[in-house]
Amino acid sequence: MFGPQSSSFVMYDEEFKRINVVIEKLLREANAKVIFLVDKNGQLIAATGATEHLDTTSLASLTAGNIAATGGLAKLIGEKEFSILFHEGEKDNLHISIVASRVILVVIFDQRSSLGLVRLRVKKASDELGTIFADLAKKTEEEAKGGFAQSPFAEITDDDIDNLFK
Amino acid sequence: MSFINYASREINCKIVYYGPGLCGKTTNLQFVYQKTAPEAKGKMISLATETERTLFFDFLPLALGEIRGFKTRFHLYTVPGQVFYDASRKLILKGVDGVVFVADSQEERLDANIESMENLKVNLEEQGYELEKIPFVIQYNKRDLPNVTSLAELRTLLNPDGVPEYEACATTGEGVFETLKEVAKQILIDLKKGSR
Repeated sequence: MFGPQSSSFVMYDEEFKRINVVIEKLLREANAKVIFLVDKNGQLIAATGATEHLDTTSLASLTAGNIAATGGLAKLIGEKEFSILFHEGEKDNLHISIVASRVILVVIFDQRSSLGLVRLRVKKASDELGTIFADLAKKTEEEAKGGFAQSPFAEITDDDIDNLFK
Repeated sequence: MSFINYASREINCKIVYYGPGLCGKTTNLQFVYQKTAPEAKGKMISLATETERTLFFDFLPLALGEIRGFKTRFHLYTVPGQVFYDASRKLILKGVDGVVFVADSQEERLDANIESMENLKVNLEEQGYELEKIPFVIQYNKRDLPNVTSLAELRTLLNPDGVPEYEACATTGEGVFETLKEVAKQILIDLKKGSR
């Protein structure tokens, strides 16, 4: 997410909470059913709303595939990217947008909301999310610069790894 | 690029199965899917044509268990092997943590294997990766067929660096889990080193 050369994408408790506050607010203000955030590689970052009957892992992976394919199309016609995608269904609709060139924000909504309202609220929430992800990038960089073995995996043993496959 | 989530105590990694068309990438994933306990796997998604050829990718999420209190999840992807789907292959390699190259052992597919391996290197470089530096495993598939190239020759042509390699028959599952385990292990060892 922060370029192929960087280390792992790390999410900390503090930023995770801040992100959840923003998407929960967006869920209410946009009258949406479900909102989720995905990184461009297809990993689910956060989800809120009526997610219990949804396969969020698959949704995340397909959303990222969708954005990647659309991004490829954009480049072919000389655009940097298409920052918003909208899919209209019979009952539910999908509004997909790219936040701060880094993450994908997906809003699922039905007739209780409208495309206009969703677009308006997404715009505001995107700015807030952008700030959080900028903070997160800074924090990750500082931790990496610190040079200390902060990774929880620094101390894993070969046995730990072998145990996974038993 | 792996995703470490301290909030939900999860670690997610992405494994891509690469190789020429009809070499058995999707079959590898299907076997893993069939043999994995329901609680450890998500839905397998195949974006394929009507004739069952992979159009964009197959996707299979797996949960392996916990390491030091972190749930480890692996997302398995395949690429479409047919030459003209190159644009899609590039997209799927984004953020990859480990690669499995599935070679088709049949004599008549030797050139296709070599071409696909070259293509893998080029596409990885475009994303800023070097094949030599990422977790990488080679699987020689279809060893059960009569007209196969010798292991020695495949090795010389496809594996000059001597990365871990396995013989396989993906339809019966032989070598499938060995391949997956090896690449997963390499990814975790990489994480341990903190190099990625």
